Amino acid sequence: MTLISSSIKTPQTLAQKIIARAAGHPQVAVGEIVTCQVDLAMFHDSSGPRRLKPMLDELNAKIWDPSKVVLVIDHYVPAHDNDAKHIVQIARETAREWRLPNVIDSEGICHVVLPERGHLHPGMFCVGGDSHSPTGGAFGTYMFGIGATEMLAVVVTGEIWVQVPRTMRMIWNGQLEAGVCAKDMMLHMIARFGMNGGKYQAVEFAGDAVMALSMQERMTLSNMSAEMGAQAGLIGADETTCSYLRSMGVPNESLQHAHTWQTDVGADCENFYFDASTLSPQVAAPHSPANTRAVGDYANVALNIAYIGACTGAKLDDLRAAAKVMRGHHVAKGVRLIVAPASARDQAQAEREGVMQILRDAGAQVLPNSCGACAGYGATFEDEATVISSTARNFKGRMGPASVQVYLASPMTVAASALRGCISDVRELL
Amino acid sequence: MTITSRVWKLGADVDTDALAPGAYMKNSINVIAQHCLEALRPDFATAVKPGDVVVAGSNFGIGSSREEASGTLVHLGIRAVIAPSFSGLFFRNAFNLGLLLLTCPEAERLQEGDLVTLVSKGVQCSDGTILYCEPIPDFLMAMIHARGLMNVLKQRSLGKLHE
Repeated sequence: MTLISSSIKTPQTLAQKIIARAAGHPQVAVGEIVTCQVDLAMFHDSSGPRRLKPMLDELNAKIWDPSKVVLVIDHYVPAHDNDAKHIVQIARETAREWRLPNVIDSEGICHVVLPERGHLHPGMFCVGGDSHSPTGGAFGTYMFGIGATEMLAVVVTGEIWVQVPRTMRMIWNGQLEAGVCAKDMMLHMIARFGMNGGKYQAVEFAGDAVMALSMQERMTLSNMSAEMGAQAGLIGADETTCSYLRSMGVPNESLQHAHTWQTDVGADCENFYFDASTLSPQVAAPHSPANTRAVGDYANVALNIAYIGACTGAKLDDLRAAAKVMRGHHVAKGVRLIVAPASARDQAQAEREGVMQILRDAGAQVLPNSCGACAGYGATFEDEATVISSTARNFKGRMGPASVQVYLASPMTVAASALRGCISDVRELL
Repeated sequence: MTITSRVWKLGADVDTDALAPGAYMKNSINVIAQHCLEALRPDFATAVKPGDVVVAGSNFGIGSSREEASGTLVHLGIRAVIAPSFSGLFFRNAFNLGLLLLTCPEAERLQEGDLVTLVSKGVQCSDGTILYCEPIPDFLMAMIHARGLMNVLKQRSLGKLHE
């Protein structure tokens, strides 16, 4: 006779723990399809009101809990034409009509301002109307991107189905060399596993090299889990997580059990090991983030534009890293350096620290705190331009005409390359 | 009734920005649809016929969460996309908009212009060969039959979505 007590839990991954909690189950098994209660739903001006309102009206339904909704206006700002103005206007009017208490308007990119305003904490189960929503995973939050129709279902019912994922654990040991960043780690992983190598499962970043990263560097890893095709990109919560969140106004009560949001020892994961100390700066050539090699393989590619922007690559820590390289120098002749800080608060802090001045002195043109050229929705790059960019995607035609050649790299590599006028190894400049 | 569909063959890694180019995202779906795949197949949007199928290499639909990437194909009357693998996010969006995706390990055997029939086990080629496709959960097939999640929400008056 078999007698298996249901009270004996098998070790669980962080993904399983969060999903089980959100589904109201003691534990969940990989592959199981469950319905989860959503703790927070984030959407922006492009994926949000202009798509959701007509559907909500058609259903004659209401938002299940406006306090759990965050609207960020970041894609079509500043509005470049009447269509963009109209989209932003719909977002603002709808926010008033729905009485949304949490609206962040033209103050930065959704994935950066969401944690900046203390909306995320470890153990939450969240959805976002944007593919880079896995950024929230850096805080031990299970967060993933969905389309507008599915978001409509969430804001009406407060719930969503999910298939419990396997966890691929990326374990980085050793210490990164100076000039090598989280972005390099991520490009390296995307090259190894491919754009769909995450197979819509959960990726978890672990090991001492990951835990040594600042909060915003961790966000870069989780952010680009999207480019690996993972549903979520998680990092277990630790003191770095808690101290960042406390500084963003999250009350201590919400962080009391933060340390429990970890993968259990012995949980069934697929483990992959990396040595941080041997990693070189990485560059992804057109037109795929998976088209990544060590920077030396693309040395001497001449550039017209160096772009430091987006949730992936223009947070405060990204701006600081670029300024470290550019201090006292000016960009090479013929190179246009564009900096679009990811949030107004990050930019204000960078101003206080003199980081923005270093970048301006280097020749930077500073653009508003929005998605800008990365989304390809507004102003993009001109025909035939060769660009090095700290953003996440270099698909053909995404950031301008199909002739634009976009290379992806870390903010430090972008800065070094801007100074030399061609793709360069930042380690030679430090 | 048997419906025969013409194959449009694409390569691997077709991304959302190719299916719904960002420059047209501020427009309505009928405008975006006119530019569907223009960077890869400039003739696609004008020459495709309702009932045709798209056959692609692996990782179809990688990239953005924009559901317009599926919406353009629905708007153009594409009956199904047949590929060895799909982006997970695109996969959810497609079924939510009523677009059938068939995960077919041997999709590469199909060629441009082939005539195929969708049968219960997979894709039947004109010579009678059947290419096996992975089974689809019932709640997702219900979304296809309802022509999308919006209609499911209307029908089920906001009940549990997958039960």
